[in-house]
Amino acid sequence: MKILKLISALSIVGFILLTSILLLLGSMDAANMKILMLIGTILWFLVTPLWMKEES
Amino acid sequence: MAESQNAAVITNENAGGEFERTPVPSSKLKGWKSFLGMYAGEHAAGTEFMIGPLFLAAGASLKDLALGLLLGNILAILTWRYLVAPIAVSSKLTLYYQLEKIAGKNLVKIYNVVNGVLFCFLAGAMITVSASAVGIPFDINFSIPENIFGLSTPAFSMIVIIVGVVMTVVAAAGYNTVSKFANIAAPWMIVVFAACGLSALSQMEVDSWDSLLEEWDKGISVVQSVNGKTDFGFWKIVIFSWLCNAAMHFGMADLTIMRFAKDSRAGWGPSIGMFLGHYMAWICASFMLAAQIKLTGDISANPGALAWSAVGWTGIICVIVAGWTTANPTIYRAGLAFQTLFPLKSKKYSGVILAGIVATAAGIFPSLSGKLLDFVGLYGAILGPMGGVIFVNHYLAKKMNFTQDYADEKGTGFNTGVLLAWLIPVALGLYFIFGQGLFPAYAVIPSWIASSVLYVVIMKLQKS
Repeated sequence: MKILKLISALSIVGFILLTSILLLLGSMDAANMKILMLIGTILWFLVTPLWMKEES
Repeated sequence: MAESQNAAVITNENAGGEFERTPVPSSKLKGWKSFLGMYAGEHAAGTEFMIGPLFLAAGASLKDLALGLLLGNILAILTWRYLVAPIAVSSKLTLYYQLEKIAGKNLVKIYNVVNGVLFCFLAGAMITVSASAVGIPFDINFSIPENIFGLSTPAFSMIVIIVGVVMTVVAAAGYNTVSKFANIAAPWMIVVFAACGLSALSQMEVDSWDSLLEEWDKGISVVQSVNGKTDFGFWKIVIFSWLCNAAMHFGMADLTIMRFAKDSRAGWGPSIGMFLGHYMAWICASFMLAAQIKLTGDISANPGALAWSAVGWTGIICVIVAGWTTANPTIYRAGLAFQTLFPLKSKKYSGVILAGIVATAAGIFPSLSGKLLDFVGLYGAILGPMGGVIFVNHYLAKKMNFTQDYADEKGTGFNTGVLLAWLIPVALGLYFIFGQGLFPAYAVIPSWIASSVLYVVIMKLQKS
């Protein structure tokens, strides 16, 4: 469960928030950011229901 | 904004699922921190995608927006804390039951139907928001016509109908699934809002506060060169952000949620949610419009196109999910309110289908979503005054020596005093809004005060 939560956190903080910060800092281009964000989104919706369901 | 509004339909069926007609027992009470989490995702909804850009389109300066939203949100939180929470903790009753005791069962039905109709318009705006994103992959954009009853393109209207039908069917058949999905999506949605804002800043190529202000002001100039000069100053922003949830705090709809609180500190519960949804999300969404104006010169606040430009497919998914998870429970609860109009033998989803039809019909007119700033103010101006009656009943009835919980005490199903105390200020408010062009949120507090005073006067007269 801890690992699943970690993956969820990584998917939104790493793949979505961090990439947009990198874009703002000029360290990443928009196309790569959009792909990584989509991967983060898919990861979030695959993993989060698993641990959220158990918690509820 | 909208998720919280769902608590406002105060039917027996949705009033928390338990203890609908009895005070919540102490074993079921929750600490104030539980309410922080409960509210956290509620204020980051589909409406935020629409409301944020409208501030820029209305000509609000960025400085006014940043400070005005700060003050308005603080005032809203204080209203929850010092107006709603003490009554909720003291009575531990749903709004429905509390109002039934004061106004009578039949008047509550009327109130519910009014609430349901307003819900349908809100859900309609959310259907438009979702449809704006669904249309992007098919290159179908929507424009907001000048005329309030003007339609967009036939292709966009068709998408609205399809989205509306799907949402209505899901609301009628599988509300719980949507509710669970909304819980899963909430943290993701908040992060996507922030990412949209950051991406928009990058699109504007800003590297300092001054350059951001410059881009923002340029955006306003472009909007005003098309729409004419408009003013949305500091105090208007304060009043709007304070009162856009007026039905929940001044109108006391959140009694239904806060009755589970151990103490009044639960009133601080909305604080995190408000600053995520009604501060960060609104500002980020407004940045998206500023970026779009810089890149294309297009001033239309089309949530799907804005999110697509900022973060691509993630944005499209976010707008659809945000609109869907907001519209679905709204249609469902409007349906519960309408259900009281149907005979007992009718199917239990009849009300939901009716609500879905009304919401879809409203969604076909994109001007509704373009007037969301006015609509949420109107919502508070119509429902808020009923909170004044509850306030008077709770604090003043005994002190001023008139009957507390009048309908319950007298065994009546219809307290005319409440009807007059509610309708007269609302009618006056509507006259000033539609007849004199008053910004709807400005009508909320005067109507609330008028309603409170009127109820005291009527009850004293009745007694004498």
